[in-house]
Amino acid sequence: MEQDISITIIDREGVEHTIDAPTDMNMNLMEVVRSYELAPEGTIGVCGGMAMCASCQCYVLSEHELPEMGMDEEAMLAEAFYVEDNSRLGCQIHISPELEGLKVQLAPES
Amino acid sequence: MIQTDILIIGAGPTGLFTVFEAGLLKLKCHLIDALAQPGGQCAEIYPKKPIYDIPAYPEILAGDLVKNLMKQIEPFQPGFTLGERAETIENQDDGSFIVTTNKGTKHQAPVVAIAGGLGSFEPRKPPITNIVDFEDKGVEYVIRDPELYRDKDVVIAGGGDSALDWSIFLADVANSVTLVHRRNEFRGALDSVEKVQELKNLGKIELITPAEVVDINGNGSVESVSIKRGADVFNRECDHFVPLFGLAPKLGPIADWGLEIEKNAIKVDNTLDYQTNIPGIYAIGDVNTYPGKLKLILCGFHEATLMCQSAYQRIFPDKRYVMKYTTVGGVEGFDGSKKEAPKAVVKAIN
Repeated sequence: MEQDISITIIDREGVEHTIDAPTDMNMNLMEVVRSYELAPEGTIGVCGGMAMCASCQCYVLSEHELPEMGMDEEAMLAEAFYVEDNSRLGCQIHISPELEGLKVQLAPES
Repeated sequence: MIQTDILIIGAGPTGLFTVFEAGLLKLKCHLIDALAQPGGQCAEIYPKKPIYDIPAYPEILAGDLVKNLMKQIEPFQPGFTLGERAETIENQDDGSFIVTTNKGTKHQAPVVAIAGGLGSFEPRKPPITNIVDFEDKGVEYVIRDPELYRDKDVVIAGGGDSALDWSIFLADVANSVTLVHRRNEFRGALDSVEKVQELKNLGKIELITPAEVVDINGNGSVESVSIKRGADVFNRECDHFVPLFGLAPKLGPIADWGLEIEKNAIKVDNTLDYQTNIPGIYAIGDVNTYPGKLKLILCGFHEATLMCQSAYQRIFPDKRYVMKYTTVGGVEGFDGSKKEAPKAVVKAIN
């Protein structure tokens, strides 16, 4: 589909997956990971996408300019574990055409 | 021993609505929940957030949904065991089950309905390699008895309400309180943040930010923690280390009950009644899985309704019953209350 973008996701086992993600379905990165079953159900998106659990934390490896963090995301990451400077919550990253070529790695389960 | 007809594990929306559907069939329910109040995630995690896909409610706050469900089930007088986690299940010779909580409360019922959502809420443990070695030997994830900390040196980690509130409380109890947080900002209620600031100025709380506890040291019990701030790592002597990082759901002991588990959820027969591989144990709502499963509150309500019909047949195998509309049959509570549709006035035309 022409509205799809290509994203690379490194799963928790270190396996790299390059997948297509739709930009017209109001999806976020956490939902994309779940739709491709790149992390077991129940270990990602536990709060459903409300920036309240950090189970979808990922490290952004590419140079993309991502939308700024909201207060919820910032507060959650302040309480989360394994946080690095490039940590983001997948549920707060809306899939848009600007993210073509995005590369992220899923943070360990905690 | 608490005895009931349907023992419901999990007092979230699905568990609560089960009481209503069971009540229509004159079956009594008792609910167990690890949280201290009913409502599950809706009450604990997002009470102030709106839900838009409850049929006939264009918008309802999660907390209000719980309040309404509690009102709806009130006539059926459900029992509650709150703040306790269902730990073990034993099969009895008469086909019933005994479920025991982590505090030893025993419940017996011919039918068990697991409506456990994503599991019981457990404290989130920081990834410090040797932390398990010090659990209950100076490391506590939950403060149960503040007296334990009297005249002791306590290090608390976290940046939310519970870290702030306990720091404030223990400032008057402990010998010293040190609060470690990864950011300089705290996200607790404003007055808690201000109070901590005040206690810091008085020298009653020491704040170490932006920093993190990275190691625990001691011989058999906690003697100090290593704190990392920037490139520095230093030791802080203490008797207790209390990480307060909120709660996360874990399937927990239910996973060891011999139930078929798939994708961190309990497999059920969705073609019939949401029964698990163990007859008499059902799983409904977010805790179950079957082909096409959707974790939605409205699906949980549907599953609960079908499950109750099957539970009735299990409890009364020789009785015949057909579903009745509440508009026709009304709602007869166990408390003697009766709700019914008003009768139409009949008047002859002369």
